[in-house]
Amino acid sequence: MSPDGDAPTLSVQHVFKAFGRRPQEIVRRVRSGEDRADLKALGTAAVIDATFDVHPGEIFVVMGLSGSGKSTLIRTLNGLQPATEGVVEVKGRDISTLSKKRLRRLRAEDMAMVFQHFALFPHRTVLENAAYGLEIQGVETRSRRERALEVLDRVGLDGWHDHYPGELSGGMQQRVGLARALASETDILLMDEAFSALDPLIRREMQQQLIALQRELGKTIVFITHDLNEAMYIGDRIAVMKDGRIVQIGTPQDILTRPADDYVAQFIADVDRGRVLTAGSVMVGPDGLSAEEQSRLSAEAVVSEGATLQEIVPAASRADGPLTVTADGTDGEPLGYVRVADLLASLNTPEEYAAPVPGDHQEGGR
Amino acid sequence: MDDFRIPLGRWGEQVLSWMLDVFGGLFGLLRTIMLEANDALIWLLSTPPWWAIALAFAALAWWVRTWKLAVGTLLGFLLIFGMNQWDNAMATLSLVVVATLIAVIISVPLGILAASSRTFSTLIRPVLDFLQTMPPMVYLIPALAIFRVGVVPGMVATILFALAPGVRFTELGIRRVDHEVVEAGEAFGASRWRILRQIQLPLALPTIMAGINQVIMLALSMVVIAGMVGAGGLGGDVVAALNRLDLALGFEAGVSVVILAIFLDRLTSFAGKARTT
Repeated sequence: MSPDGDAPTLSVQHVFKAFGRRPQEIVRRVRSGEDRADLKALGTAAVIDATFDVHPGEIFVVMGLSGSGKSTLIRTLNGLQPATEGVVEVKGRDISTLSKKRLRRLRAEDMAMVFQHFALFPHRTVLENAAYGLEIQGVETRSRRERALEVLDRVGLDGWHDHYPGELSGGMQQRVGLARALASETDILLMDEAFSALDPLIRREMQQQLIALQRELGKTIVFITHDLNEAMYIGDRIAVMKDGRIVQIGTPQDILTRPADDYVAQFIADVDRGRVLTAGSVMVGPDGLSAEEQSRLSAEAVVSEGATLQEIVPAASRADGPLTVTADGTDGEPLGYVRVADLLASLNTPEEYAAPVPGDHQEGGR
Repeated sequence: MDDFRIPLGRWGEQVLSWMLDVFGGLFGLLRTIMLEANDALIWLLSTPPWWAIALAFAALAWWVRTWKLAVGTLLGFLLIFGMNQWDNAMATLSLVVVATLIAVIISVPLGILAASSRTFSTLIRPVLDFLQTMPPMVYLIPALAIFRVGVVPGMVATILFALAPGVRFTELGIRRVDHEVVEAGEAFGASRWRILRQIQLPLALPTIMAGINQVIMLALSMVVIAGMVGAGGLGGDVVAALNRLDLALGFEAGVSVVILAIFLDRLTSFAGKARTT
């Protein structure tokens, strides 16, 4: 998803964000190595030295517990919370150099946002909510109505346009929030804990819908969450934040198989590995099977390289021997084989990661 | 130490006479505007027959609230007419309406400013405390000096006294608008004016209306005091009754004030009707 030749859509370079009376001083002292806990009296160093690029069409997830600075970080991207230091570039433009008016135009035309508690306008109908971004862009009434209706239809809210947000369930309200963001037709979508306030079943449904929409629309998405499972399911790449710093950036598989430190490792214990690991990541090479195992291969037991372990379990339970892995799950050149024993072993959380997350990591307010 | 005296009152006097010299023309203009507005409204309320006005108020009550309030309104105004207080009541109503309008025109923008600036909010708070706790009769003295005897000094004193809740409730209402909703406006690129107009004010409206309701009630409580400087109306009768120890007149004028108060209060307490998330 992130070919090297592509210019990043969003580029964040050494961004710091501090709150308090003298934010500059907090940044200077954090830089010189002081611990952020020792600076509590001065204020809060919410984001410390964040650097990453987000490429076109990528879903970039920032994962962290509350107080880790992830919500502040996403707000530095559209200037709702201007970075104290460092550079945020949106499509190559450093947003700190923009005038207020230009910054507003950038927000209206290039980046839309979805909020944790929906942040819908309770005094406007669903349609007027969905059309809000277009209204700001100055699109005339009739065509913004058309486009908003189309998007509402797409997120599964056809027929609800005349209702008020207060009459809708939480999941439906967030669909309105999503529709409002999509209707603006911006390339960039910022989603701040967009699904965190929803019930688990609705959350799963929304995650699936987001991925389906993303296949069609190919937006550049920055998604904030405190749920590593969600991060793994949605994200092309994940940045794990702790106490204002990014401790690891990588693909879900990177993070699952090579956690950068104990902190990340503790999270992995809770991850549903079957949803993240793919056949390709647990297979042995084409020459990896013994003769006895090769004799039990079957033409039916073929799976694609990108299928998750969860998806290949049914095939494995039917098959007598190892599964054959090909590029697209049909017959073709075998890329490798998955032994059932290896499959079961990968679904199991390695013991060294299985330690429970200590309480003080859970809390740690701002 | 016997001679120690801070001549705060004298300084106040000097400030007043300086203001009279400098802003005399402006005060004259304000006086004319308030007088004309009040006279026009009195004319409007007392030219048609009393029952037409009473019916119009009942219709308004029905439209805004319920038929029960409409019936109550009709009975109340019938009682006012029956006590021979109709003209006084219309004069008082007019004074309250004009004073409230002016107080709202001043206080809502101040409340908006206070909501958007911590500094302004901190600065204006003691001023509001001062306005609200100063014995209202004290306002009459400079008001008399500036605007001469008549309805205008009473109106000015009423406005000063009734201003504070308008500012406070507007500030509170805007501050209580969900921060995330305002942020959503910003995130979609709306300007501050647009956020104020399309998001903050509509969502703060129930609270602002509660403030305006308070302004009206305070204004009505000032009418008796305004009567002391020749504002006429029900207040004039109360003051006259006090001077002559005429309990019957005082009671009838007092009951008329109460009827007006209940009518205006029920008419303007919208607070519960707002749409919520």
